[in-house]
Amino acid sequence: MVAASARLWKTSKLTYIALVIAVLMSIYPFYYMFVIATRSLDAINSVPPPITPGGSFGENFQRVLDNDAANFVKGLVNSVIVSTVVTLAVVVTGTLAGFAFAKLKFRGRGGLLLTIVITMMVPTQLGLIPLWGMMQDFGWYDSLYAVTVPFLVSAFGVFMMRQYASQAVSDELIEAARMDGCNTFRIYWNVVLPALRPAAAVLGLLTFMDTWNQFIWPYAILSPENPTLQVSLAFLSYAYYTDYSQVFAATAVGTLPLLIVFIFFGRQIIGGIMEGAVKS
Amino acid sequence: MALATPARPASAPPPPPAHRRPPSRGARLARWDIAYSPYLYIAPFFILFGIFGLYPMLRTAWMSLHDWDMIGDHTFIGLDNYAALLKDDYFWNATVNTLGIFVVATVPQLMLALFLANLLNRTTLRARTLFRMAIFVPNITSVAAVAIVFAMLFQRDFGVVNWLLSLVGVDAIDWDAQRWSSWTAIAFMVDWRWTGYNALILLAGMQAIPKDLYEAAALDGASQWRQFWRITLPMLTPTFVFVVVLSTIGGLQLFTEPLVFGNGNMRGGTQREFQTLAMYMYEKGINNLNTAGYGAAVAWALFVMIAIIAVINFALVRRTVK
Repeated sequence: MVAASARLWKTSKLTYIALVIAVLMSIYPFYYMFVIATRSLDAINSVPPPITPGGSFGENFQRVLDNDAANFVKGLVNSVIVSTVVTLAVVVTGTLAGFAFAKLKFRGRGGLLLTIVITMMVPTQLGLIPLWGMMQDFGWYDSLYAVTVPFLVSAFGVFMMRQYASQAVSDELIEAARMDGCNTFRIYWNVVLPALRPAAAVLGLLTFMDTWNQFIWPYAILSPENPTLQVSLAFLSYAYYTDYSQVFAATAVGTLPLLIVFIFFGRQIIGGIMEGAVKS
Repeated sequence: MALATPARPASAPPPPPAHRRPPSRGARLARWDIAYSPYLYIAPFFILFGIFGLYPMLRTAWMSLHDWDMIGDHTFIGLDNYAALLKDDYFWNATVNTLGIFVVATVPQLMLALFLANLLNRTTLRARTLFRMAIFVPNITSVAAVAIVFAMLFQRDFGVVNWLLSLVGVDAIDWDAQRWSSWTAIAFMVDWRWTGYNALILLAGMQAIPKDLYEAAALDGASQWRQFWRITLPMLTPTFVFVVVLSTIGGLQLFTEPLVFGNGNMRGGTQREFQTLAMYMYEKGINNLNTAGYGAAVAWALFVMIAIIAVINFALVRRTVK
């Protein structure tokens, strides 16, 4: 038996070679981004293309900062604000609703939960054009409200928290808290929220990354003068496509925050995604 | 006034026992809390989704039945927009591009993801967390950044891809000038960002398969290859369907990669070689506000297409894997 399973699960050299190739292909574009971001322009416009980083990052990024049309810093600040607000709101509304769906009894619960699952499957672009018109009516064109308020809730967040709350919080615990005279909100705050913390953290990370990387909607509703980071990068790349080192310096700086988050929390993020896949 | 209060009939039941006295204010609040507060907790989702999700979608349908100018008049024209759509060469061009890029990107992507997941599923694999993180890291990059970097990798004169090809004697390719080449470059961007993600989802599905199935098969002398076809694939069907449906929903809404690859040109290349349906919708509905109704019709056509293809995929994957 031992011999059979040892043969069965052996990991050959070929497995490692194939995986290392996959890893190199995953990493290379990042490496390339930092190479170009740190090179002077004439080094980039040469054959063969440069393969090692240079020392020009400071100058390249200074050109980004001096570039009034790019509004890079404004984009960075806007992205931090929008991503933070959306993340906090999605975690709060997601844990509240997830708790209600998992642990509270109320009429219409099954049907409403099904509605949420269905909305997860609907393509977001379907409502883009009327939403654009609504923002005009609200006076939210080119305002951060337009890229924040519609995203304060997430069907995915509610569903994920519901799945987690179903197994992480026992009914007995909730009953006991009720006996002690806790009202529903205190049960949420003192019992459920602490139990949901690991899953809520993963939801927060996923939401932050997703909001940070949003493109089509901010692109439609924000002007180049008040962009998010991604919109700023896009306009920079259109206008300065001959000055790659400037564009790449900006892109590298815009990618760095998420890379750092991922280095610290990658294990949890991956765990959350893989768990979610099995449950749904 | 006392007369107005109906007297309690003589046959009234005896007053309730002490513990069922009319509820105090606190007890009434508690009952209200249990019965109705759940609605309060789910209300934020349904209110905001109603305003910013459901309403715009329905309004898209309403707009698509009008000659709708976003900042001007709208006239009801029934299904005329849809009739025009069927005769619109640009619409069909965008449909072909969207489906073409989707197939060119998704088929190799899913095969590669399956292959990677199978490698990562070896129980004796060392450094597994590191491998998982490394293949997932492309997914955390923004689409805009990916498109910027890949547009440079596929640049005609100084790009790395053309340089590599020149080593094996292939002449420089102008990647954004033709259909096949632009589709290939865009498919590379999509696959780079999503293969690792899908591999991890498939891996999660594989790990849910009971290990003793494999041990029994190994005792019967089944090779690894045979085990993969006879055990892994059939047991993986639900996860695979999930991945395929997600890829369909995401893939058919492709927008950012072709847009940034084409330097912000909403037409996707000089001859619309890589304009997708999402880009065409944007061109008609937002770049040209006076054809918003027509753009809304494109949006619904795209939605219907996604729904049909998701259902076909669902049925196909179900059947072939069984």
